[in-house]
Amino acid sequence: MMSGFTTKGGFLTVFGRAMHVQKLRPLLHFISMLAMTLFGLLLLTFVIGRLMPTDPVIAVIGDKAPEALYQKTYLEMGLDKPIVTQFGYYLNSVFHGDLGTSVRTANPVTEDILNYFPATLELATLAIIFGVLFGVPIGVLAAVKQNKWPDNLVRVFALIGHSSPIFWLAMLAIVVFYQHLDWVAAPEGRLSVMYEYTLPKVTNMVLIDTLLAGDWGAFKDAFAHIVLPASLLSYYSVAYLSRMTRSFMLDQLQQEYITTARVKGVSERAIIWKHALGNAWVPLITVIALSYASLLEGSVLTEIVFSWPGLGRYITDSLLAADMNAVLGGTIVVGFVFILLNLTSDLLYKIFDPRAK
Amino acid sequence: MTEFKAWLLAENPDSRAQATLGRSYLAWLRFYRNPLAMIGLVIVVALILMALFAPYIAPYGMTSGLTGNELALQRFQPPSAAHWFGTDGQANDVFSRIVIGSRITLLIVAIVIFTAPILGFVIGTVSGYFGGWVDGVLMRLTDIFLAFPKLVLALALAAAMGRGLESAIFAIAVTSWPAYARLARAETLTIRNTDYLAAAKLQGASHWRLITGHIMPLCLSSLIVRVTLDMAGIILTAAGLGFLGLGAQPPIPEWGAMIAEGRDYILSYWWLATFPGLAIFTVALGFNLLGDGLRDVLDPKSGA
Repeated sequence: MMSGFTTKGGFLTVFGRAMHVQKLRPLLHFISMLAMTLFGLLLLTFVIGRLMPTDPVIAVIGDKAPEALYQKTYLEMGLDKPIVTQFGYYLNSVFHGDLGTSVRTANPVTEDILNYFPATLELATLAIIFGVLFGVPIGVLAAVKQNKWPDNLVRVFALIGHSSPIFWLAMLAIVVFYQHLDWVAAPEGRLSVMYEYTLPKVTNMVLIDTLLAGDWGAFKDAFAHIVLPASLLSYYSVAYLSRMTRSFMLDQLQQEYITTARVKGVSERAIIWKHALGNAWVPLITVIALSYASLLEGSVLTEIVFSWPGLGRYITDSLLAADMNAVLGGTIVVGFVFILLNLTSDLLYKIFDPRAK
Repeated sequence: MTEFKAWLLAENPDSRAQATLGRSYLAWLRFYRNPLAMIGLVIVVALILMALFAPYIAPYGMTSGLTGNELALQRFQPPSAAHWFGTDGQANDVFSRIVIGSRITLLIVAIVIFTAPILGFVIGTVSGYFGGWVDGVLMRLTDIFLAFPKLVLALALAAAMGRGLESAIFAIAVTSWPAYARLARAETLTIRNTDYLAAAKLQGASHWRLITGHIMPLCLSSLIVRVTLDMAGIILTAAGLGFLGLGAQPPIPEWGAMIAEGRDYILSYWWLATFPGLAIFTVALGFNLLGDGLRDVLDPKSGA
């Protein structure tokens, strides 16, 4: 086999190297975009933190601090230095994981965020699982039954999702599923008080921690708490993913290989779920990554309604207390994850779809 | 009337104005036949009328002004003939507040429409027209802004500028222009190398004239569609900021803020949060339907 290629060995190597560079290109683009966007994010948070109407020192230590502390903080923040140097200091401390100290909680912001972020991550992750589990099959159904009633039903469902304020839906859902039907736990955090203090914190994601502890009762309690907020949060991604799946599937179902498969006598079920969906997964993965990013962000409003101790709640509570370090720290973390997922989805698309240039 | 119709639909229009009007009339006929789009149009027009005539429609004022015993008697009244949507904790009529609040929603929509799309439009067409390093710089900038999380960034901006309607509107406008820049650039690229543009260039048209006179009008229809579809999202974001207490401050009857006030009482006085939410939902739905309809008429190739 290989001997046939030896004469063309030289050509193949050159060709192989060219292919290699082609493949690396999206990765280089990903890295440079990530660096630039991150720089932009930090520049923006810096500007917000420094050029806002209130004194940046007071924003950090509060207006009741004594004069000596004010002077000390003023120098510590490098406010006597040129603005470019200040930005340099700022970049340096952020890259060392130092986001300053929160006035409200008196903890380092990084420590606070490590406490709050897992709750958001858990909520958004469960929501995206729901989103894929329901959104994809619904979208396939809509494509197969194009312009018939299942398709129209999915369309209406998506339209309602795109038009409802999530925090409002959440409140209505609490009335229905908690107050009237009593199917879920009270919308007050992640666990009932009886488990709250006994559960050992390992990952700080309660569903996982309760499983690790082998506490079945606590796990059920945690699930009763998370199921409603996660379902609501997933509504938007179910709506979005079902629409996208529908259009990707319609693209595939028009292709000639589908006709070929039909002519060969492949069963309709295999054509839809194996052949067409198998190819539709490529663009779908990128859409799912995008959707996950917007869920992390969208959880802010859901967390407020369900008193969920996540990052969104941390940011808003800090905001209302005018705790600037905490707000900007939270913004940087959410922004970073969001940007990372956004660009990853872009990268995945370029890697998986050979047609994308 | 029939004469006017014939003039509109003339095969060989005598003037540019006649041709434009004729085309608009055909577009309207197509739009008119789409019932969902018409529902959307009716909702949006109703919102505008409601906002314009709010003081005449609202049966009560923004605040009741009641105190003491009167307040205790009149507060938290369930929906009735006197108070269609009930009253809140300050004995304010919820229906009147929603009617007056429509002005704020319309104000947000109007300001965002006249800032973000125009900024994005200019950046996009300039970027696509000139290409080269101009395009490189402007599009990298756009990509950076596009990758930012909108709501969280709006939160941070609102925090820095102080809580209030102005900061909320500013934050929304700053975070929503990049999508329009991308769109306008893509459209410009398809027009850039056409013969008629080359002809205009040969006649000595300046860059400015080519962009404003020849490129922008052609990108406009897809931009209008996109803006209409985005309006629902913008209304929801504004309501979200209001809900978090960062938009309009009480007693201004911003719908999102009204839902926030109703949150504490949701299990006992359901009407406080339900009706403002319904108002937001209706308006967002209206813009979504209108946008879908406009897309079918103005931009048939991108129909989903």
